[in-house]
Amino acid sequence: MSKRKMPALIDLIEAGRPVEHHAPWRRAVVTPKTWNLAVDQLAEGRWALLGLWGEPETVHMALLDAVRDIGIISLKCPGGRYPSVGQRHPPALRLERAAADLFGLLPQGLPDTRRWLDHGQWGVSHPLGMPAEAPAAAYRFLPAEGESLHQIPVGPVHAGIIEPGHFRFTASGETVVRLEERLGYVHKGIESLMAGAPIDRAARLAGRTSGDSTVAYSLAFAHAVEAALGTAIPRRAAWLRALMAELERLANHLGDIGAICNDAAFALMHAHCGVLRERVLRAGDAAFGHRLMRDRVVPGGVTNDLSEEGTTAIRSLIAEIRQRFPHLVELYDNTASLQDRTVATGRLKVELARQYAAGGYVGRASGRNFDARRGPSYAPYDELAFDVPVLQEGDVNARVWIRIREVEQSLSLVEQILERLPGGPIRVDLTGADGPREGMALVEGFRGDILIWLRIGEDGTIERCHLRDPSWFQWPLLEAAIEGNIVADFPLCNKSFNCSYSGHDL
Amino acid sequence: MRKLLFESLIRPPLTERPPQVSDAAVDELARVLDGAARKKLGRSLSIRAIDAGSCNGCELEMHALNNAFYDIERFGFRFVASPRHADVLLVTGPVTKNMREALKRTWDATPNPKWVVALGGCAKDGGCFAGSYAVVGGVSEVLPVDLHIPGCPPPPIEILKGLLALLEEVNAPRG
Repeated sequence: MSKRKMPALIDLIEAGRPVEHHAPWRRAVVTPKTWNLAVDQLAEGRWALLGLWGEPETVHMALLDAVRDIGIISLKCPGGRYPSVGQRHPPALRLERAAADLFGLLPQGLPDTRRWLDHGQWGVSHPLGMPAEAPAAAYRFLPAEGESLHQIPVGPVHAGIIEPGHFRFTASGETVVRLEERLGYVHKGIESLMAGAPIDRAARLAGRTSGDSTVAYSLAFAHAVEAALGTAIPRRAAWLRALMAELERLANHLGDIGAICNDAAFALMHAHCGVLRERVLRAGDAAFGHRLMRDRVVPGGVTNDLSEEGTTAIRSLIAEIRQRFPHLVELYDNTASLQDRTVATGRLKVELARQYAAGGYVGRASGRNFDARRGPSYAPYDELAFDVPVLQEGDVNARVWIRIREVEQSLSLVEQILERLPGGPIRVDLTGADGPREGMALVEGFRGDILIWLRIGEDGTIERCHLRDPSWFQWPLLEAAIEGNIVADFPLCNKSFNCSYSGHDL
Repeated sequence: MRKLLFESLIRPPLTERPPQVSDAAVDELARVLDGAARKKLGRSLSIRAIDAGSCNGCELEMHALNNAFYDIERFGFRFVASPRHADVLLVTGPVTKNMREALKRTWDATPNPKWVVALGGCAKDGGCFAGSYAVVGGVSEVLPVDLHIPGCPPPPIEILKGLLALLEEVNAPRG
């Protein structure tokens, strides 16, 4: 291997032992030295961490290098030990804590060894590794010291209709000095339920990882399975998937824009955006038979074809949004009392967004120009015209504007898809596996890029599947963005991030 | 903003739009729910939502109850911020082991009389998450459940129907 100071990911992968039948990107088992070389690149900010997950006695890391090449490196961990990534690259911290909880891996040098997903309630430790007795332990929150600081504990049961999680604020008067999140409350053990499951059952689980992104998760899972098995799906299926994905993006962005304004006590936007969101769900129902289009994307294609009636429903939906949405944008832009709340609030620095490889509107509102639909890209986005809006300000306002621009892009994408929808079949049978097959997928959900990696065993069932929600890299940034803001602006900041609890907790 | 507000005055309300099937069903429910709620409670019924482990799909449809199409407050139903203000706990998800304690404490904090509605397939029996090391199972494993509303997730109209069914049960003499 070359000893150049700045290796490319491909060099590291070629230096390792390549894993056969891994698609579409390459995976290699590497030495600790190569592993550390990769960590150097992360720590020095040249590469981005896309995911880190465990298996008994192995740890994997998905990486994106400076030329946007993707690859996976794996390290054997004798006795569970391996050199911690998080000690030098903080975005890996919670992923390593989670892998330690689930597999009993022991990242050496990990600065934070508190358990993360494991709250001492499962009755077992390391459920996916070598299960052991579970000693219950109190959770120590990080200290914040200073004169007249006070703590505000919030959750896990919150005041609104939202998911459970605990927020520990330390405030000086009204100003937040430190926010510490504690998550894991909705951990359902999805990865353990997937192990040994037939593909169709695993697909249903994937579609229930984060309900608001059910299409995106089903899509990512299907891509990973199809990559692993080398199944090519019909063109019409790929286009229908994109149609559903854009409808899902529209519904969520419209809902979020309204909800963010509502958290600034501006209910009018909420009411109008809520109507548009409902219209999207009804169109999804009319076109694909389910308001959230759940279980419609499956490995091999899609379950429902688009009828004439469905096309009409979507066309009139687009017409209505095109007519009404600009007025709402104008309202948002021209209401000084609302702008007063969103502008300069919850600012996320460009450097942090880059370091954490923050996906979606969180990253793009803070200068990170990444959208999985654009690169690495997947069908049919390579044939569609769309912009990826990017802003630098990183405040609540910027996150609203990214969503507004993405609504406009999605409207255009839906129109393009309806215009050029290819004919033909919508589903094929999966190719059988005659040995272990591995696949990975990166799909752009409304919240950001979702990564799914899996291995299909000889018997055609899922041997191991890892699902990485975009929230993993966004939740820690919320802690940074809220610092110095007033407690009363937390709901606003939180909603502008809109991280998934379920997607994170798994 | 003035234009939008003015338009709202002259546009017909969304809730009365004819004659899609679901809209008609909403209107029908509106009449029945209103009567039953008044008869029993003579006032509003306060709902406290608890996510005990859901994928957040049920929460999305619960939110939809507040939009202009369903406008659940018309019927006197209101989502409240604290269990201490609640008559009904609307619980979603398979109950995870990490949420079991919080769910119990929320129930304890709710004054009597109180009812528990389990929302969605997972809340009934754990759904596709049943059997996991991290999941207790359905809500009834932890709390006495008065009603289960099926669906994955249940559409808003089904949630409304379920709440109607609850009101009927509330009216029936308890053995």
